[in-house]
Amino acid sequence: MKPCYIHSVVSISAQESFSEDVLFSEIKNYPEFKVSAIHPSYRDYIAPAQLRRMSPAVKMGVAASKKALEISAVTQPDAIITGTGLGCIADTETFLNTVINQEEQFLTPTAFIQSTHNTVAGQIALALKCRAYNTTYVHGSVSFESALIDAQLQIETEEAKQVLVGCVDELGTKFVDYIHLVEQSQQPSINVPLGEGATFGVLSSKQKGAAAVLNAVEINSKITIDEITTKIKAFLKQNQVAIDEVDAVILGINGDGFDIYYQTITELFVNSDILQFKKYVGEFFSASGFAFWMGTKLLSGKTLPEAFYVKKVDKEPYKTVLLYNQFKGSQHSFVLLSQC
Amino acid sequence: MNNEVAITGMGILSAIGNSVQENRRALLSSKSGLGTLKHIDSNHKNAIKVGEVSLTNSEIVKRLNLSEKNNFTRTALLGTLAAKEAMQQAKVSNYSDYKTGFISATTVGGMDMTENHWNQFASNSEVQKYISSHNAGDSTEKIADYFGITDYVTTISTACSSAANAIMLGARLLKAGKLDRVIVGGTDALSKFTINGFKSLMILSESNCKPFDANRSGLNLGEAAAYLVLESNKVVAEQNKKVLAYVSGYGNANDAFHQTASSKTGEGAFLAMEKALKTATLNATQISYINAHGTATQNNDLSESVALQRVFKEMIPSFSSTKPFTGHTLAAAGAVEAILSIIAIQENKVFANLGFQNQMPETGLYPVTQLENKEINHVLSNSFGFGGNCTSLIFSRP
Repeated sequence: MKPCYIHSVVSISAQESFSEDVLFSEIKNYPEFKVSAIHPSYRDYIAPAQLRRMSPAVKMGVAASKKALEISAVTQPDAIITGTGLGCIADTETFLNTVINQEEQFLTPTAFIQSTHNTVAGQIALALKCRAYNTTYVHGSVSFESALIDAQLQIETEEAKQVLVGCVDELGTKFVDYIHLVEQSQQPSINVPLGEGATFGVLSSKQKGAAAVLNAVEINSKITIDEITTKIKAFLKQNQVAIDEVDAVILGINGDGFDIYYQTITELFVNSDILQFKKYVGEFFSASGFAFWMGTKLLSGKTLPEAFYVKKVDKEPYKTVLLYNQFKGSQHSFVLLSQC
Repeated sequence: MNNEVAITGMGILSAIGNSVQENRRALLSSKSGLGTLKHIDSNHKNAIKVGEVSLTNSEIVKRLNLSEKNNFTRTALLGTLAAKEAMQQAKVSNYSDYKTGFISATTVGGMDMTENHWNQFASNSEVQKYISSHNAGDSTEKIADYFGITDYVTTISTACSSAANAIMLGARLLKAGKLDRVIVGGTDALSKFTINGFKSLMILSESNCKPFDANRSGLNLGEAAAYLVLESNKVVAEQNKKVLAYVSGYGNANDAFHQTASSKTGEGAFLAMEKALKTATLNATQISYINAHGTATQNNDLSESVALQRVFKEMIPSFSSTKPFTGHTLAAAGAVEAILSIIAIQENKVFANLGFQNQMPETGLYPVTQLENKEINHVLSNSFGFGGNCTSLIFSRP
């Protein structure tokens, strides 16, 4: 099996992560229950005529993917693989509202056309005139990790040499309020804003110029709280990494009752730095893409703001980083990254 | 021929029947399942023909012994019942004996419930249980939970090629040794959302569709769920499984031409078919039957025909579209047509392209119009979708 190298990772989030020439040091805190991404100047990446028709998800996806390709000097990837939890929810809502409010009369197809979950992957292919393998995963909080697994499989089995992989979710307008409404009845409820963002990167079988290595990705639909430690130990063992060798663990802490999973495994990693991110970028199905961005930054020697650290035992320089995320006790993902 | 990915079980619910046997019977008697919309109260119900699954939601709830308080959407209900038949045929009851995955495809997810309750979500606590079942991954999780599959569970959504991509991913994961067994397929319920979406694109036919006909007038939407159990040769040997067919070839390419239209040269379709033949290590001449995408829209059928001519030159094998039987079942179509392709192999029959009368002047291609007897060893099945997504699969006789 071929190793899988990470050549670039670009992230649009509620923090200044996109303009990464100077890595951001100022952390923004958001008291509202929903938070938009800090949208870059899309005109630098997308023609104005196209821009007008694009929803935030498409804009974020196209811009982040373009920048990721530029950084890794790839013009035509051998595969385009995306993940999204809710897809193009803004256009979905627009079309749904008109169907209901206009009682199925006098509809125009634009919002419907743009509502399909693979719109972003399709638009990227269209812009690049890229006829390669193209697919989209839509499985809740493991949408991004599902895309990563496929991307890694492409590289390992030599189906592709360089893969554009990424994830995106947008806030939309009304559905997010419904989610918030239901969440409010939970004890304790999600205690970070509901957010949006996009993360895209280029994976390659070529080592030269790589930022980090993607060692392994595993998804599990259900893990009980009693099993979580055993599962993580088994994952590390399978990838020949000792617990003490994990320098940093990045967790999807969101303040709800299922944080018990993160607390439990924190006890396992006594000598590792522990980081979180949803407090600053929000909770959404593909939020874990941001953790992938963080992990790659750490492994390429960049510094992240202190605010992200839950616990710091000064493990720098980082050689091995573990990402762990779950949503409501389901859709668990482990991602193992290492230095080149 | 490549024989690393064995199909050991299949299950289906479509407009032509609530089991593989019922679907087989309809295909062999050339009986269409298209009719008037019954389960959805749409303004367009008298103006369109659709392919609906005959069972109501409450009938499926009963068959699955679900609690009254469940929040299964119709997408999840159809999917669970179809997957159950596939598991039974493959005699899978234990999901921890081998590393087992579940990959499902959907385009609308829980939209059938969302659109019914959209304006009540804020005020009616009774229907709020359907907020969390809206996202596309929910139906997949429900089906996996029903059977106790916990390892690798995911959902693919690439419009109308979704289930074909789910089958392809399952095959690749088995070949790479990442899984020993994987249940793959798709499920999509009809919804006002999709009916009006396709209606606004002006590609819905008011009568039964006529794929590849010069006077074709658009497509009929359908709903369906279909799943295949794929197992590695190791599992087949150790458990002495009967192999129904092999997934011998697959290819995915993007047309990169337009968000909803196919290119005149059928570039994406051409590349997908070429890749599928290559992975199967088969020559074009070895394909006995093509189960075409054949939606009966002006654009698809011409583009697909051109692509067929490019791949098969003067020697285009027997081909037909089975969409006049089932309707276009969107994300489920790739899995529905996989099962129909395997029935073609089992029965040595090419199914009729119902409704066809006149050849398209641009290509002069002539699909099979009546049930045809023929030795079928390898079937090529096409599924193309919005976003330029084109996927071709090849199923082969064991």
